[in-house]
Amino acid sequence: MSRVLVGVKRVIDYAVKIRVKPDHSGVVTDGVKHSMNPFCEIAVEEAVKLKEKKFIKEVVAVSCGPTQVTETIRTALAMGCDRGIHVEVSGKDYEAMGPLQIAKIFAALAKKEEASLVILGKQAIDDDCNQTGQMTAALLDWPQGTFASEVTIDGEKVKVVREIDGGLETIKISMPAVLTADLRLNTPRYATLPNIMKAKKKKIANMKPADLGVDMVSRVEVLRVDEPPTRLAGVKVETVDDLVAKLKANGTI
Amino acid sequence: TVCTVPSALTGSALFFAAQRCIRALKTVQAEHAPPQHYTWRRNCSSAVMPRITSHYTIFPRDKDPRWEGVEMERFADEADVVIVGGGPAGLSAAIRLKQLAKEQEKELRVCLVEKASQIGAHTLSGACLEPSALNELFPDWKERGAPLNTPVTEDLFSILTEKYRIPVPMLPGLPMNNHGNYIVRLGHFVHWLGEQAEELGVEIYPGYAAAEVLFHEDGSVKGIATNDVGIAKDGSPKDVFERGMELHAKVTLFGEGCHGHLAKQLYRQFNLRENCEPQTYAIGLKELWVIDEKKWRPGRVEHSVGWPLNRNTYGGSFLYHLNEGEPLVALGFVVGLDYTNPYLSPFREFQRWKHHPFVAKTLEGGDRIAYGARALNEGGYQCLPKVTFPGGMLIGCSPGFMNVPKIKGTHTAMKSGMLAAEAIFPKVTAEDPASETAGLHIPEYEDNLKKSWIWKELYAVRNIRPSFHNYFGLYGGMVYTGVFYWILRGKEPWTLKHAGLDSAQLKPAKECTPIEYPKPDGKLSFDLLSSVALSGTNHEGDQPPHLTLKDDSIPVANNLAIYDGPEQRFCPAGVYEYVPLETGEGMRLQINAQNCVHCKTCDIKDPSQNINWVVPEGSGGPAYNGL
Repeated sequence: MSRVLVGVKRVIDYAVKIRVKPDHSGVVTDGVKHSMNPFCEIAVEEAVKLKEKKFIKEVVAVSCGPTQVTETIRTALAMGCDRGIHVEVSGKDYEAMGPLQIAKIFAALAKKEEASLVILGKQAIDDDCNQTGQMTAALLDWPQGTFASEVTIDGEKVKVVREIDGGLETIKISMPAVLTADLRLNTPRYATLPNIMKAKKKKIANMKPADLGVDMVSRVEVLRVDEPPTRLAGVKVETVDDLVAKLKANGTI
Repeated sequence: TVCTVPSALTGSALFFAAQRCIRALKTVQAEHAPPQHYTWRRNCSSAVMPRITSHYTIFPRDKDPRWEGVEMERFADEADVVIVGGGPAGLSAAIRLKQLAKEQEKELRVCLVEKASQIGAHTLSGACLEPSALNELFPDWKERGAPLNTPVTEDLFSILTEKYRIPVPMLPGLPMNNHGNYIVRLGHFVHWLGEQAEELGVEIYPGYAAAEVLFHEDGSVKGIATNDVGIAKDGSPKDVFERGMELHAKVTLFGEGCHGHLAKQLYRQFNLRENCEPQTYAIGLKELWVIDEKKWRPGRVEHSVGWPLNRNTYGGSFLYHLNEGEPLVALGFVVGLDYTNPYLSPFREFQRWKHHPFVAKTLEGGDRIAYGARALNEGGYQCLPKVTFPGGMLIGCSPGFMNVPKIKGTHTAMKSGMLAAEAIFPKVTAEDPASETAGLHIPEYEDNLKKSWIWKELYAVRNIRPSFHNYFGLYGGMVYTGVFYWILRGKEPWTLKHAGLDSAQLKPAKECTPIEYPKPDGKLSFDLLSSVALSGTNHEGDQPPHLTLKDDSIPVANNLAIYDGPEQRFCPAGVYEYVPLETGEGMRLQINAQNCVHCKTCDIKDPSQNINWVVPEGSGGPAYNGL
């Protein structure tokens, strides 16, 4: 049991009201409050818990993006990760960055760092893609335990209880594997000030996607971003006949 | 503290609720509440009302059985100087200290804690910045990229009536004249100051609130402790509970801004207010709008007084056209918190003002993108407390250096931080500080303040705000300003007094007329809750409410009974709501602590002075972006 890679994403804080840029190319991010994706917090907590239970030796926090993501990596270090890796992506590459590019980066890093587990949040709250974990596993040809609400290490295997539409599904997969964290997996600890101060001494390595042999070209082009249409007030009707008449009038039936 | 029965019947429901309250008080005081329900209280509230306050500042943990055996030791660290608050004052002090350290080649560890998640996130101001202090701090601020992008080009002042506008000429020499100043987004400016400070080596820790002042054995200030985390809403420890950290320093600077909660404690502890008047305040509400480009006049500054306020309520508006790429205007409304009518709602006055033809024509077709609110100082010279004490000092809007008629406080706050740094530096770097107390007492700071331009400025305008307390109200004040300030420059030999504590100014509701506010139209004016959502405010839900009540029964018994619950109206974030009791008749106070935008108005204006605002878990609160 040696190393776990944890992915952390810097996203716009969930309580902030999003504003679309005047040119409709995206959302305003300048100066807006950002924080670690809540599901990534849960992933970090799980990795640190596994280390505390002595199943693994080292937790490495990884984030991709511009300089500001180092704050997010520091928070992960303050929660208990041992070291960090900052994969520098900025400008147009960063705006176009999506799950496929991240998955390629993580697959390359997992091989490079000889990780036994890659733990990610199940999805990011800004794009809600829910794809990175699954793509990473596919690229590595590793088993995946997604939507994990309970993780137990059993020798060379991992027992994962997954939250699925029908209820809970328990699977046993062999390591190395990719896990994605769901809401009920754990309650993340706070990054307290003494730990933030200690985290300043922990190492964060810098690298570029090219160093890992990953090309960041995106096959997806964002054409336009709009606010959802404002919800109109509903109309109340007195009788069922009125209802039918109205539905006929607007072409629904 | 007792439940008071209203002398006049404001309504039988309230009367009976108050009666029930008194009866319940007598019964609960008679019994001994069983420990597992944890009903140990200094003041028992009615058995009918659910408990509101659970914070440990009201219910100490050393007497609380749920905290038995919990590890309460704190990790401690030493710095030379600790600064509480990452606003203009705190950051200027930190920067000045590091500049001096660099000049004189000395080592100095400066730590700054800030409750906001990032520097600038809790900053809110108009603002027209007078660059005097900035020129002293960073003469090369332009090269460094300070975000002062909008020089003032036009200065308008109006007296508004319901439909019309009376222009008032902005003669040079009047305090409101803005020639040479810049319209800034103070949040962005403060963020830039933070970057400069970090470059100089200041340790900045956003997201950590200073929750407690620490004292040496000899009574001098030892430093601060940051907030504990992981306490549940009912006051019990959660699994993730962790103690805050202690930061010890030779000198601690308190720059919490207007009405800081630690400053409140320090005033009592060191008797700092014995020779000054009680501070008087106003609430400022602000919005940012993207307007139609055709209406945009970058560099234009507009101020107004009059409608919708009556002549006896101090207040007015501002509207500044920023020049930062988009057609952005910053606008807002200020209401003096010495208002007397408990039915007044500063938020709704603000929303109503936007419908005035002169304002509406600028905003029509525009989009509101931000909202926030904050209390500000109005007391000026007469309300300055003693600012130094063993182990620490007060800087910025906390003691209150705002020049009220100019409506500017940033330049004086920055200067006070710089003066503090200059007074401290020789003492903390000296081999032998030769201090009587373990925490350094540095009265030179106060001497420096008195010799500086801050003092001259505040002295010159000291009589303008109190001159509003006359029969003619606003108009009397304006006449006074015209005669004595413009002509005599404040050299008159007398010093007028303020009216006293803001919280004591409210008249009982039965003596006042409710105000009919228009419904928000969703285009120019908006409802409270959608405004609060725009502030981006949020707090961890499962924590004790940080709006603590010394006595849970007083809101219904006193505030609601006599003043019709003014906190429902003066809170700009909808924190306080009087809701019907689930069981039977009567009302109870519901505190929606998650909405709080940290404006401090409730702590100031509560007629019972029962509300004590304490700091919530760090990084909670608004997420202002350049406000």
